[in-house]
Amino acid sequence: MVQLLFTILTDGLIYGSYLFIVAVGMTVIFGVQRVLNVTHGSFYAFGAYLAAYLGGIWYDHELPDFGGFVIIFLAAIVVGVFFGILIERGLLKHLYGKDEHIVVLATFAAFLALEGVGLFIWGTDPYFFYQPQAMLGYVEMLGMPYDYYNLSLIVLALIISLSIWYFLSRTIWGRLLRAVIFDREISQAMGVNVTAVFLGTFILGTTLGALSGAAIAPTISVLPGIGVEVIVLAFAVVVIGGMGSIPGALIGSILVGVVRAAAVHEFPQAEMFVIYAIMAIVLVFRPEGLFAPPAVRKI
Amino acid sequence: MKHRALRLAAVGVAAVLTTFGVAVGNAVAKDKMVIAVPTFLTGGGAPAFGIPARNGTELIIQAINKGQVPAPYNTKGIAGAQVEAIIYDESGGGAKQVTEYRNKVQKLGVDMFAGFVSSGTCAAVTAVAEELKTLTLYSTCGTPRVFEELDKNPKYVFRTMSHATADGVSLAHYVASKYGSANGYTGINQNYAWGQDSWRDFDLAMKVLAPKIKGSTKGQWPKIFAGRYGAEISALLKSPEDLVHTSFWGGDLEAFIFQGLARGLFKKKQFLMSVAGTAAYRLGKKLPTGIVLGSRGPYGIYANQLIDTPMVKWFNNAYVNRYGTQPTQPSYQYAQAILGAKFAYEKAAAANGGKWPSTDQVIAALEGATFQGVATEVRMARSHGHQGVTDHAWGVASFDKELGLPVVSDVMHFKGDCIMPPDGIDSVTWLKGGMKGAKCD
Repeated sequence: MVQLLFTILTDGLIYGSYLFIVAVGMTVIFGVQRVLNVTHGSFYAFGAYLAAYLGGIWYDHELPDFGGFVIIFLAAIVVGVFFGILIERGLLKHLYGKDEHIVVLATFAAFLALEGVGLFIWGTDPYFFYQPQAMLGYVEMLGMPYDYYNLSLIVLALIISLSIWYFLSRTIWGRLLRAVIFDREISQAMGVNVTAVFLGTFILGTTLGALSGAAIAPTISVLPGIGVEVIVLAFAVVVIGGMGSIPGALIGSILVGVVRAAAVHEFPQAEMFVIYAIMAIVLVFRPEGLFAPPAVRKI
Repeated sequence: MKHRALRLAAVGVAAVLTTFGVAVGNAVAKDKMVIAVPTFLTGGGAPAFGIPARNGTELIIQAINKGQVPAPYNTKGIAGAQVEAIIYDESGGGAKQVTEYRNKVQKLGVDMFAGFVSSGTCAAVTAVAEELKTLTLYSTCGTPRVFEELDKNPKYVFRTMSHATADGVSLAHYVASKYGSANGYTGINQNYAWGQDSWRDFDLAMKVLAPKIKGSTKGQWPKIFAGRYGAEISALLKSPEDLVHTSFWGGDLEAFIFQGLARGLFKKKQFLMSVAGTAAYRLGKKLPTGIVLGSRGPYGIYANQLIDTPMVKWFNNAYVNRYGTQPTQPSYQYAQAILGAKFAYEKAAAANGGKWPSTDQVIAALEGATFQGVATEVRMARSHGHQGVTDHAWGVASFDKELGLPVVSDVMHFKGDCIMPPDGIDSVTWLKGGMKGAKCD
């Protein structure tokens, strides 16, 4: 029984960390810019593709194994900065102030276009980048083997959440960001460069999206369509946690991860059902999500 | 004046008929025939199935047009007509594919269809094929439901390989023969029609062929394209059963293998992977040693390594030279369907005095016939002569360092009549009734 509970908790934490890493970029962007960014799935896919592509070249040349980990972060930064500037300056800046539905549709259109761009660049062949996961090996915990790479996702999720907390609550830039979240117009009137805040936030969100793809790439086969699956899961987590709430995304991810793991171990047929059941229950009893920031109503 | 009017009328009628793709008649030979070939060109099904299928199609059609296919297919074209293939994307779901099918028939006037990977697509387009009276050869899709439920009295639809029940039954035969002392089996299959049917057929066949090896009721059912299997791997490691059945394919299979390897899963459990042949060459050294590997018949790795006929040698060499990689099961299966079309049209044309045959004549030629595929003989011996019966093979995978390729060993071959339900009985009834009538001698 103890082993079962431990296994469910560990599996749940690993899956929850994966969900958090995937969803946090989307949460950051929505929290600041009120943009439900469907292109997040594209950033995930491009991050995974670039990491797998560079990783393939790296390992084909038999370069040192640890280089794969550098490539993960490098790919995330390159994709994040490039697409962050491209999408925010090229698309979103023209849509600020417009109806939220239009913004969602525009990002959905960009997502479809980027799917095509991805196919054009990378083709339909799968890319493998398994070396970082394989080189770390595994450890047995209460008789159950767990690979270090997936365990490291828990650490990565913790680092990301603590970094964002520190940034928002302990730095001047974080305070400016919170001011913009609270009231964009007053912040602008007080001299905050909202345009720069929006661009910086979007680049942060896209980099986190690309980092999630690059970090997951060593555990999957990187192929067309991977961004589609992720966007649905990320959306579910964001809704459960509360749109735009970082703590909400963290708690929502862990909740979904642990409940899903329990289902896998005890009621395997209900595995996918439980994720959306949690979402439905939260929406019924708390439509704004578990940790949505209080909404300011302007009269 | 009267003759001029008649000529104009004839030209007008011919133009209309040609424009709308209606067969002008069978009185003369034909210069060109058009075959629509659906397969996955985008999405998760493209790398494992769609692209190898497209490659196999392009290769065989080009060779047919040049008369380069070995005997008995060494004449140019199909019944003298050069073949044009319209290869299009099967992605997007059943509703989209029904529309695509109609467009290809009603706007482009294709002569026939050959292909279809997904059971879902086959289920969706079967009724439309019959409605539009268009010859359609299913090359790959596995669901037995096509002729057992959806189209019990088919006319225009054929399938040129055994259906998925043969996979489960032949695998159960292999397990009963090689792993008779196993303490039980569990499974991890994608939670949709293919995964559920694969598990059901294997489970029912095991109850008949190896009743002492008990099946688990707690098999894993992740969503298709889920990509993350950490909890499922823990559950499998914790399960008491020795054997694990999976019909995973494509990116899901590869992701599962990477994640399982990292946790030592394949050293602790004996895996039975019904379509691992689709990923074997891509994975190379990362293909877990010792898994029981399937290719839905003697295709792909089995044909490349073990079949020594002029046809397989030619196909393998031509494919490797052109695409730089080994052909896998969809390459063989799509080429097999195209050869089925060549066989049927030429048999019908011969019976028609060398003239281009009507669709009805082609159907009559193919119903109940036997023709040679690339890797195996195809007997259209079920469902009123519309369902193919083909052989199967299973073996254990490993990586040959000298060849630089995955290989199979400890291979067993199974005749189609041993692993397919006899004519007139559906798969589940046959399996539950103890597989009576199977000819396994």
